[in-house]
Amino acid sequence: MRPLKFVPDNTNIAFLSYRWWALALSVLLLTASVALVAINGLNWGIDFVGGQSIRVTFQKPVNMGDLRSRLEGMDVGDVVIQQMTDPKVVSIRIPLDGEAANPIGKCLGKGVGKEGASDQSNRIASKVRGELIRAYPGVNIGAVNSVSGKVGCELFSTGSIALGLAMLGISLFIWFRFEWQFGVGALVTLFHDVVLTFGFFALTRLNFDLNVIAAILTIIGYSLNDTIVIYDRIRENLRKYRKMEIEPLLNLSVNETLSRTVTTSMSLIITLAILLLVGPDSIFGFTASMLLGIVIGTFSSFYISAPVLIWLSVTSDSFIQQETNKSGAERIGESFPDKK
Amino acid sequence: MLDFPRWKVWLVIVATVLGIIAAIPSMLPEATRNQLPGWLKNTHINLGLDLSGGSHLLLEADTADVRKQQIDRMEETIRTEMRRASPRVDISDISTANGVLSFMPRNPAQLDQAVDIARQQTNGIGIGGQRDWNVAVRDSTRIVMTPTEAGINYEIDSALETARNVVAKRIDPEGTKEITVVRQGSDRILVQVPGLQDPEGLKRILGKTAKLEFKLVDLNADPAEVAAGRAPAGSQILPLQAGGKIAVKRRVMVSGDELNDARQDFDPQSGNPAVSIRFNNAGGRKFGRVTAENVGKPFAIILDNVVLSAPNINEPILGGSAQISGNFTVESGNELAISLRSGKLPVALKVIEESSVSAELGQDSIQKGVLAGILATLALIFYMIITYFRFGVYTTIALLVNGLLVLGLMAIFNATLTLPGIAGFVLTIGAAVDANVLINERIREELRRGRHTIQAVEFGFKEASTAIFDANFTNVISAIILFWFGSGPIKGFAVVLALGIATSVFTGVTFTRLLVSQYLQRNRPKTLNL
Repeated sequence: MRPLKFVPDNTNIAFLSYRWWALALSVLLLTASVALVAINGLNWGIDFVGGQSIRVTFQKPVNMGDLRSRLEGMDVGDVVIQQMTDPKVVSIRIPLDGEAANPIGKCLGKGVGKEGASDQSNRIASKVRGELIRAYPGVNIGAVNSVSGKVGCELFSTGSIALGLAMLGISLFIWFRFEWQFGVGALVTLFHDVVLTFGFFALTRLNFDLNVIAAILTIIGYSLNDTIVIYDRIRENLRKYRKMEIEPLLNLSVNETLSRTVTTSMSLIITLAILLLVGPDSIFGFTASMLLGIVIGTFSSFYISAPVLIWLSVTSDSFIQQETNKSGAERIGESFPDKK
Repeated sequence: MLDFPRWKVWLVIVATVLGIIAAIPSMLPEATRNQLPGWLKNTHINLGLDLSGGSHLLLEADTADVRKQQIDRMEETIRTEMRRASPRVDISDISTANGVLSFMPRNPAQLDQAVDIARQQTNGIGIGGQRDWNVAVRDSTRIVMTPTEAGINYEIDSALETARNVVAKRIDPEGTKEITVVRQGSDRILVQVPGLQDPEGLKRILGKTAKLEFKLVDLNADPAEVAAGRAPAGSQILPLQAGGKIAVKRRVMVSGDELNDARQDFDPQSGNPAVSIRFNNAGGRKFGRVTAENVGKPFAIILDNVVLSAPNINEPILGGSAQISGNFTVESGNELAISLRSGKLPVALKVIEESSVSAELGQDSIQKGVLAGILATLALIFYMIITYFRFGVYTTIALLVNGLLVLGLMAIFNATLTLPGIAGFVLTIGAAVDANVLINERIREELRRGRHTIQAVEFGFKEASTAIFDANFTNVISAIILFWFGSGPIKGFAVVLALGIATSVFTGVTFTRLLVSQYLQRNRPKTLNL
């Protein structure tokens, strides 16, 4: 009996020869994402724009049209009603500025968010809660969330700063550990992945809330894992095969790590798929975006991270200096006691 | 390198066992957990409100109000001290506009004396020798007092600290519930009440400063002037709860600070809900004296600058207790009583963020989360074993130990587990799987290159470790930045991520290596089925 192998030994696929096709695909997807975000817009959660969200569980599946007209008749502003996978569960969101609410213009434009709206929004929440309990006896108000415009802006700006700093910090680290071309490659890859994730959220209209920032960072984490594993192998091969051309060397590195990429991605896909199917629906968007992130991350580590090195003309000379002057990588490697 | 010195083996075993023991209490039901010895009982993971159910409120203090109060208090002090000084200093043209207190001594010759008195009212702040007020003379006639930055910050800080205590007392008068009331930033207070599903009552209790005052009604005020909002000297205009306005004397007869007790009650005449209060000794004496001096005149009962009622003093009230009536329901009367008992808030608080999750929803999330976790783990174990056989078993053991260690560390730090935290957990499991996959694949590769088993394993661990280190370090960067900037849920994610990275590197590299080296040493296999 042999262990399971999805990738046969000595596989040699010329991944990099398709790089122009892949680039075209990437550009297409990036353009589509930007267009989707611009036209469709993101379904901003009240974490960022301020307002209320209420999660309600009814006794029996509720007539959505009936619920909608009832809430809209209450004069509480634009109401976004969404049914969950369980038809008895409904999420109701009332953003401060209605459905068109958009924290980018609001928070950057005026410097600060709308103030003083908190009393008003608190009243709306109580009003909606009261109406639901009156109209649908036995209803269970599962969760209520209410954020003032000011806090929404703060969450938006700290979220954006955290995302930007994390991307920058990671790229600097890779520059420090590898070479500047690798740092640029990682940054471009991260940018690519983040933009596509935004596009995904604009396409699916999944609620874009604070948890999504965590999801994006997780996607970045996975994608970087792939990128670093390939970069690590490229670095090793650049030192090993001084005379090899860059393209075959990249192909070799991608193929050598292919089995690992497939195995790791498969395990993550299994884990996430189960989480998606039986996990709590409050993290549905989170899990769905991570699942997508693994696909994007694998693609981008092959076709963005690696080709960037060709375009930035990395050669084996890039590491010669470190050979004489031992880098941190080797020190780490040797920190395991090497005695027999 | 596969030779582990004995002490290192023990170190790994002890660390693992300790971590697992620390993880156990969190998995037991609360009743069982309480029977454990003290140190173990307290080592458990707290559930975030999104999992346990409960309410979360973020309150913001009105700092402009604190500044205004600071100026007003200083105005009172200056008036009193100038009057008390010998020789007495008459001052005029007092202004509190623009956050600055200014006044003029009537007699310019007393300017220096007045400046001295004003200076005596300022206090040093901290160790830098800075004072809380700057005293300056403008146009050689006018004294200008400006609160310094440090002085304002000190005021805000102490107001918030008092407010925090009052809030805690109002929510949980007996101090027995597991509530969280903490300061956040310079002007915010975070309140978390597990188990509370409907925060409306809580918001009403916290929304009132509950400043209770008794003042005499100014009977000499001209009704037309009062209606226009112009108060005679020494009086102020306040709105009546029933509508309209009334002029009352500025001087406070007795205030809510001098209460001993307050409780919801019923008016013996009308039978309507009311609130009974009992003054402390000093307050009771004061109240008795003022009512004795003013029999037949009305006095105003003022709550948060609204006049609830203005009854006539029929006879001196000497017993030290009184009843407040004014459109209460039993519920609102009870809320006022609680607020009065806990003291007034030194500053108005506003709810700027609120969330509540019902216990059922939280329970549902946990159950589904745990079920998904178990299924995912089983699937992963199956996949690892059919892919790597013996090494897959090691990977599985490492993964299970990793999971337990993350829980154990979280328990030791008493960390809070939230839904995003569970996502962070998934990410670290991914990282742990990847570490093992990297090592196993590398060993396969080295075997293919014709290396001897032990050498191949050795190289596998060594070569894979740089990639593992680099990949995990980038996650550390994310975790630190998220922890620094993130709020609430994101922080929960960052904590789990950081702990998980540490444990997954430990289990993936050190722990698995220990298992593999034991196997190689005992069996000395000629080939590896990998």
